[in-house]
Amino acid sequence: MSKSNLTRRGLLKTGAVAGAGLALPTIFDGATWAASHSGFTNAPQGKTVTLGFNVPQSGPYADEGADELRAYKLAVEHLNGQGDGGMLNTFSSKALDGTGILGKKVEFVTGDTQTKSDAARASAKSMIEKDGAIMITGGSSSGVAVAVQGLCQEAGVIFMAGLTHSNDTTGKDKKANGFRHFFDAYMSAAALAPVLANKYGKDRKFYMLTADYTWGWTQAASMKEFMEKEGWSMVADVKTPLASTDFSSYLAPVLSSGADVLILNHYGGNMVNSLTNAVQFGMRDKMVNGKQFEVVVPLISELMAKGAGANIKGILGSSNWNWKLQDEGTKAFVKSFGTKYGFPPSQAAQTCYVQTLLYADAAQRAGSFNPCAIVPALEGFKFDGLGNGPTLYRADDHQCFKDVLVVQGNETPENEYDLLNVAEVTPVEKVMYKPDNKFFAGGNLGQCNSGA
Amino acid sequence: MDAIILQTLNGLDKGSAYALIALGLTLIFGTLGVVNFAHGALFMIGAFCAVTVQRILTLSVITLDPNKTDFLGNPAKIKTPYVEKFFGPEIGAGIIDWSVPLAILFAIPVMIAIGFLMERVLIRHFYHRPHADQILVTFGLAIVLQEVVKYFYGANPVPTPAPAAFAGAIDFGVLIGFDPNQIVYPYWRLIYFLFSIVVIGGVFSFLRFTTFGMVVRAGMADRETVGLLGININKRFTIMFGIAAAVAGLAGVMYAPINSPNFHMGMDFLVLSFVVVVVGGMGSLPGAVLAGFMLGILESYASLNEIKAIIPGIDQIIIYLVAIIILLTRPRGLLGRKGVMEE
Repeated sequence: MSKSNLTRRGLLKTGAVAGAGLALPTIFDGATWAASHSGFTNAPQGKTVTLGFNVPQSGPYADEGADELRAYKLAVEHLNGQGDGGMLNTFSSKALDGTGILGKKVEFVTGDTQTKSDAARASAKSMIEKDGAIMITGGSSSGVAVAVQGLCQEAGVIFMAGLTHSNDTTGKDKKANGFRHFFDAYMSAAALAPVLANKYGKDRKFYMLTADYTWGWTQAASMKEFMEKEGWSMVADVKTPLASTDFSSYLAPVLSSGADVLILNHYGGNMVNSLTNAVQFGMRDKMVNGKQFEVVVPLISELMAKGAGANIKGILGSSNWNWKLQDEGTKAFVKSFGTKYGFPPSQAAQTCYVQTLLYADAAQRAGSFNPCAIVPALEGFKFDGLGNGPTLYRADDHQCFKDVLVVQGNETPENEYDLLNVAEVTPVEKVMYKPDNKFFAGGNLGQCNSGA
Repeated sequence: MDAIILQTLNGLDKGSAYALIALGLTLIFGTLGVVNFAHGALFMIGAFCAVTVQRILTLSVITLDPNKTDFLGNPAKIKTPYVEKFFGPEIGAGIIDWSVPLAILFAIPVMIAIGFLMERVLIRHFYHRPHADQILVTFGLAIVLQEVVKYFYGANPVPTPAPAAFAGAIDFGVLIGFDPNQIVYPYWRLIYFLFSIVVIGGVFSFLRFTTFGMVVRAGMADRETVGLLGININKRFTIMFGIAAAVAGLAGVMYAPINSPNFHMGMDFLVLSFVVVVVGGMGSLPGAVLAGFMLGILESYASLNEIKAIIPGIDQIIIYLVAIIILLTRPRGLLGRKGVMEE
């Protein structure tokens, strides 16, 4: 006698599911529904969704991390319909309505990266495993960003990079689950080179000091490429250990090397010290080869400008964003940030705020928190109104393409926040590159991972 | 040639900081027998004395200027430092400009007091404990001090410029017959070197030519005998701890214009200073000074591009390499005495 598994109850169930599937084909198909409510890492249960903010809360970048965290908190407020809404009012996509994401209230947990790759991975892991974070965002270093991006790819959550400027983040280390709004070293060099050639002349010899890690190398390689295109020639590219604090022995030979421009591929504390030391060595008031000696810092942030004090005056560099921009998105963001905290936001704060909004918007549009639904929603997404003008999230490498700012240390600051001026806005076409550009080659996005 | 002169100057300057910190470390070790891992933190606090004096001098009255607006469109706040209000804008600005040299006067009593407190409240309980305990407690103290400074001053470096009169660099080469720009060296770094010579000279003269110093030296040589002679050597050693703290603090104050102070700057110097002390010989004051300058100069030479072309990365390991060689050939260090740190 054969035994049938078919029971009355089973038949009813199958029929009901099939009926529902047939009845609601335009809203759900069964597979998507199942996938969007379970079957991926940390699928939100209940009425809330948890985001993980992974920023340096201790160590040398703690102040930058604090500013990023302020921006994240502001973004969460705006997503949940509190405050004045900030850039939600100017964002070109209107999917978000201040009721959280997909009707779920946004909550958050924070982790401390300490600006160390292993600590950052540990804190991200803990937020994913213990706190159920559905998305990780943050970072103030490319080493950290690359490490955490790799972890998120394995864990099956989305990584929305914070301040990371190395070409590798969306180049050879790019991942399907990772997205970067911040610009990169290549774009800095592409935007800066014509401005430098224009201001300082075509026939220049430059000397570079370069922080000896992933970001420094890509920044130096990009600067060399673009400056040589402008007719400049490189005298030397000297690697300095990341742990250096006094750069005098690296700077001492510069003036007698025949170079007439010094390019400092340094960030954070390194840059504050190397620029301060360079100014001490008289490099802002010497004539070499019959020309005024110049110092250039390809990537400048507000906190670095603050740390360098008067030494930043007149120095050219590039930024992802500046609070003095006059577009509606920037004005709305500066207003809500300034009202809440009493001072204007940094570029790190802006990119973190925007990344949170972009993630929320993508989930809303996709109708799901499933990473494999969010990835296509962000790929090729064009948007505006978030402070950087029209922007594209390119599908090939998950990198945002937008205008780049050339900034200059303010000679006559009106107050303690008035440190940088926007010298020029380089249009996106000038900084665009092909996904297989040699500075970005070698990586592979791979497949999105939902953790299922 | 010009490169070598330049790196010699540079080495003297680097060596000044190493020597001053190592001198203080050795004073504490030689007198109290304590390995003080909080010494880097004392250097850092010294630098923040300069920041504090700058903050005090720039304390400002805030007035609202209805004609100007801030970034939110509210009336702009105009800050006028009190010193400019009291002494007039020119003299006031001049006083603020000189805040780092003025901070020396502020730092000496403050640092002596901090050293005194550290010794009385915490470190004296560890005299008879193993060195490992002393290292743990002083290292812990260093972290606490670091976080306290971070709490009040933030993690970002605080710019603390030298007086405008000493900004910029001197074309040293021109003075000795080189072409312009061959040997250019910042004024403030030269001052730092001279300052360290004065401080080192002061400490040595104090120990050499005063009765107090004589007693301390006797105590360093044989503590028990000095005690038996009815001299309260512990009290004098406590004072020496204060003086050692002041030396580290002064090194920090004068260092503030060279690199903007931040809360973790002490740790950067701590490890190096220990290497300096070990190379110089544990407990030897002249050894600490000699090794400080020697390692500073070697480190500078090692960062010459010509040398790095032969041995890449030598600038990062030279100090430790020298330390290994010296410890292998002279286990007591350059000027170490027999019986110190030995059973």
